[in-house]
Amino acid sequence: MNPDSPTGGSRELVLSRIRAALGRAATTPADRPEDGNGPADDSAVPRDYLRSHVPADDPDALLDLLHRNLVDYRALVHRCTPAELPDLIGALLDARGARTVAVPPGLPPAWTAAVRAEALANDGPGGPLTAARLDGVDSVLTGCALAIAETGTLVLDAGPGQGRRLLTLVPDHHICVVRAPGQVVASVPLALPRLDPARPQTWISGPSATSDIELTRVEGVHGPRTLEVVLVRD
Amino acid sequence: MSGTFLGLPAFPEAAAAAVQDERLRANLRHATGTIRAKRARAVAELADWAELRAAAKAVKDRTLDRLDHYLVRLEQNVTAAGGQVHWAADAEEANRIVTGLVRATGEREVVKVKSMATQEIGLNEALAEAGIRAYETDLAELIVQLGNDRPSHILVPAIHRNRGEIRDIFADRMADLGRPAPEGLTDEPAELAEAARLHLREKFLRAKVAVSGANFMIAETGTLVVVESEGNGRMCLTLPRTLISVVGIEKVLPTWRDLEIFLQLLPRSATAERMNPYTSLWTGTHADGPDGDGPEEFHLVLLDNGRTDVLADRTGRQALRCIRCSACLNVCPVYERAGGHAYGSVYPGPIGAILTPQLRGTETPLDASLPYASSLCGACYEVCPVAIDIPEVLVHLRERVADGPRHRLARAAAAAAAYVLDHPGLLRAAERAAARTRRLHPRRLPGPGRAWTDTRELPAVPPEPFRDWWRRNRG
Repeated sequence: MNPDSPTGGSRELVLSRIRAALGRAATTPADRPEDGNGPADDSAVPRDYLRSHVPADDPDALLDLLHRNLVDYRALVHRCTPAELPDLIGALLDARGARTVAVPPGLPPAWTAAVRAEALANDGPGGPLTAARLDGVDSVLTGCALAIAETGTLVLDAGPGQGRRLLTLVPDHHICVVRAPGQVVASVPLALPRLDPARPQTWISGPSATSDIELTRVEGVHGPRTLEVVLVRD
Repeated sequence: MSGTFLGLPAFPEAAAAAVQDERLRANLRHATGTIRAKRARAVAELADWAELRAAAKAVKDRTLDRLDHYLVRLEQNVTAAGGQVHWAADAEEANRIVTGLVRATGEREVVKVKSMATQEIGLNEALAEAGIRAYETDLAELIVQLGNDRPSHILVPAIHRNRGEIRDIFADRMADLGRPAPEGLTDEPAELAEAARLHLREKFLRAKVAVSGANFMIAETGTLVVVESEGNGRMCLTLPRTLISVVGIEKVLPTWRDLEIFLQLLPRSATAERMNPYTSLWTGTHADGPDGDGPEEFHLVLLDNGRTDVLADRTGRQALRCIRCSACLNVCPVYERAGGHAYGSVYPGPIGAILTPQLRGTETPLDASLPYASSLCGACYEVCPVAIDIPEVLVHLRERVADGPRHRLARAAAAAAAYVLDHPGLLRAAERAAARTRRLHPRRLPGPGRAWTDTRELPAVPPEPFRDWWRRNRG
């Protein structure tokens, strides 16, 4: 490494090569109107693509589209009212034969009211839910930050009721609750402004899958092989 | 680039051998044929595909035009979020940085997310020399690693293997590197995936260090994005204590908002999905607090390794727009027949034919032959989600090769001719094109061919190819 820059390595060399390749001494002030972390200059990019490919203001149609796209990628989808939710969650875990279920902080207590499996929390009596411990946990129950109808995507951002990223990764069965219409957006362009880049995010579209054998999609490698989504219509 | 590929034959020789391999051709025909049809359907779902493509091209071009600025901005924001940024001028320096970082943890093994950049620099070999074992965790990379094989596709490095071959590799080799394959393993893809799950789980759970690449880096926020399917990426990005990401400098995007373009284009172009199963986004470290999450240490190694040379070429620089989706491989008639290994680089197919000679130069016969590994049919340009005009760059690079020493031109031209002569369809197309443009032909060759025509008349091209005449009169 460059002794002048113990962690930077060849920083100045690479930057000077870039400037030489672009044929100028350095970025001029006109090239960087934001000069730091303000909004970037966006003038050269034509953004005449669609904000969404379906009407964004029809909540029932969006919920149906989300449902279809989730099913298309092999998620198991259930629908209910808020009043029916606790019993449905209990029944899904029973049907799976789950003895333990990991729950994140901030999960609405009502969601586990009818759960017969043992609910495990990171600050619970059994100690922190490490990856090794989660490897022996049957299921995990979470909410989400939002869902994208056009792509059948759930976005988790480690917020309340979602927890750390490994929680929804190590157990083999994930139940994710989506509250409609509030959490359902039409498209990727409508999702990004609602998400905070400072939070770690996992976008989930169906259960773990691979296309690595003959380019044919097969469900189930390292993430949860069963993804159940509960769409709750408020 | 990686030493794995040194000393390989030039494209025409390697391709000539590959097209004789019936099994390889059948595997490739099956896999690329499947994905071609699916991709077309996935793209047709979006009425604004052309607009997304134009926007993607514009974002990438704008970024390249101010690359120094966006990299510095990225560095500031990654650092502010708790990450450390390192700059590597070449493969050797990148390997040295990563090896040093792993050594500093005291660990002797790392888990890896599939990454083109780390293959390009030969990181696994460099780590092995330092006594550090790198475990590939992507299913296809695992197949390649267990089989002591070379990758042949950007997205699906084991595309040249069918399910039966994969079964045999797992059954024979998994035991050497950890948990053996289950007894009685069949060639059912679901069973093969299960075998990989069991084999790798113990490695994920004990790994303290992970190495990844990234699909995108956001200058405005310092966010890195990894797009994947299996969950091995999530495992590597969240479970270990230390995460080291090696990323080419061209992967930076200016703003968070720019993801709205690329997260629509990439999954549909790559695996023909509306969205890939898992996308991870992280900004520095997130490990603080009682519910802190993920690695405590995050290192970003920004890699040049020839990219600034590509940037200096006004025509060739568009290759740096590439988002590694592989759509150009899947539609390429030459790739489908020759396979990925013939390109002698971790970047095969049309994009490899323009990227490799620019990153490595055109000094070796192999690299000088790559711009000729194409019939210029243009299918690659048509499917490219960032509108890289691959045929334009191929022709441009042919000029560069031709401007080199004359013997190299002759060899490359002969190689191209041999390839065309071996492929009647290409020959027919070339003959017809020549006949149709004959009134434009000069009496003397321009450029490097001039010396040859100083003492010779350039033969006139007949108005109609002989084979067409034969077909019309005798066929």
